[in-house]
Amino acid sequence: MLAALTVLAVVMLVPFVIVVFNALKTPQEYSAEGPLAVPNGVYLEGIKDFWDRVDYGDKLLNSIIISGVVAIAGVIISVLNAYALGIGKVPGRMWLLVMVLMANMLPQESLVYPLYYLFKQVGLYDTRYSVIIVFTVIQSAFGTYLLSSVLAAFPRPLLEAARIDGASRWQVLWRIVVPISRPTIIVLLVFYFIWTWNEFLIPLVMLISNDNQTVSVALGVLQGQRLMDATMSSASALLGIIPTLVFFLIFQRTLSRGLTVGAIK
Amino acid sequence: MTHMTHVPRVKVRAHGRLAYLPYLLPGLVLFAGVIAIPFAMNVGISFTRWAGVGTPDWAGLHNYRELAKDGEFWASFRHQFGLVVAMSLIPAAIGLVLAAALSDVIARRFGPRTASVLRACIYLPQLLPIVVAGIVWSWIMAPEDGAANRLLAAVGLDSLAHDWLGDPKTAMWSVMVVMVWFQIGFPLVIFMSGMQRVDPSLYEAAELDGASWWRRFWHITVTQIRPEIFVVLLITTIYSLKSFPQIYVLTKGGPGGATNVPSYYSYQNFFEKTEVGYGASIASVLTIITIVLAIGFIRVQARSQEEAQ
Repeated sequence: MLAALTVLAVVMLVPFVIVVFNALKTPQEYSAEGPLAVPNGVYLEGIKDFWDRVDYGDKLLNSIIISGVVAIAGVIISVLNAYALGIGKVPGRMWLLVMVLMANMLPQESLVYPLYYLFKQVGLYDTRYSVIIVFTVIQSAFGTYLLSSVLAAFPRPLLEAARIDGASRWQVLWRIVVPISRPTIIVLLVFYFIWTWNEFLIPLVMLISNDNQTVSVALGVLQGQRLMDATMSSASALLGIIPTLVFFLIFQRTLSRGLTVGAIK
Repeated sequence: MTHMTHVPRVKVRAHGRLAYLPYLLPGLVLFAGVIAIPFAMNVGISFTRWAGVGTPDWAGLHNYRELAKDGEFWASFRHQFGLVVAMSLIPAAIGLVLAAALSDVIARRFGPRTASVLRACIYLPQLLPIVVAGIVWSWIMAPEDGAANRLLAAVGLDSLAHDWLGDPKTAMWSVMVVMVWFQIGFPLVIFMSGMQRVDPSLYEAAELDGASWWRRFWHITVTQIRPEIFVVLLITTIYSLKSFPQIYVLTKGGPGGATNVPSYYSYQNFFEKTEVGYGASIASVLTIITIVLAIGFIRVQARSQEEAQ
């Protein structure tokens, strides 16, 4: 049993391994020995060429800015919504929650053209703002839903004690509710960041100029043009994989905790 | 203290609930601008003929009638069905067996660390941007000297070498293989966490009765985590409807429409053919299917919450 599962785990990892192998080969080595051979040495020129050709540093920065701002803004909106829905129990909250859940599941295909048209009208087309605004809303739908159910079970006596001590609702939110909900909030930050990093359709449509593109859009467009040779393709795949591996190593704990509280896409 | 607060509390409640409304305001405004209004516009556009510039011409149900007759559209649904199999049914089935094997056999005999390392390896593809996963595989499946063909040659099966994504006969199957690889980790992780809440005494009782591993798996594990199974099937099916990125990088819907799916077909109509009204009607059909699935999801969630209480 252990043997069978280990084989499966290795098979799952094979694509990662051959990408690394081939990204480290010279084009000559690749054509002479093919994709399966272990590289003779470490040749980083291919990766460096690809990096320079697509200005990969800029793309990384764009992805980091967009995903980072969305994570923070999305969490703020989620917390505000969930405060009103979960603790405030505003009238009609069941309907609002159903709406929020629907928004989270709606296919982006049914929003993309109107968004493209509207952002052109207001002059935000082909800016990072457009993508930031859209994903702040789309991602916060999930957090609103999750946090509302967490906050609905929030210990009431704590809130009432603070109110009696003269704290305003705003103060109760930031001094009591947010600190106590920190574990859930951190899970949301990490998930929003990674989800936004992985988004493709709307960023592809909104960010047409090179300077604004994210990692996924830049790599996807290049792949779509079918202009890359084999070693360059593997260099591009490797550069796409590395940030994910970094997130995985940094956030491993949070990710597995998130999955158990139901943070599922 | 409790006695003192008891009287005003009743009054505060009714008024207090409305006092929280301002906190909803930013969320509601953004929701209207980014989701509600664009969504309504898309529905509106689907009843028009429009090239994206000028005034749309009202066309009533014309686009939907065209859809019903459009062979390409129906073909895209057949391919969508393939994606549901590859992204929902197969990963859920494999994930279920793997999860049981990992949490039951491996974790018990070789320790939880071994189980979690194996789980992490299998989950890893899920973390990749789907675009990057597509790039990795279109390179592996490249026609001439791709790794897949070289691997076949290495084991003496040269005759099977193939242009996997370029031949209409194999393109859809190849996309499906990639999607299974990409998706297995998700059900695995959800099912493993579901299995943690199964009462161990159930297994002990079954073991005393002499039930085989397979019987215990089927009658205890599968029955107990039924809510998770249902949620995974629904979420992954909804997710498979949003298949634009993988189709874009792997095949662009080709060759000759052999891997086109509704998601990609709507994009083509929006931005390549500039048949915006037609694209909007495809997106609306996708939305209706998603909403039906989502309602199922909400009802199951509500029911399992009731049971928990």
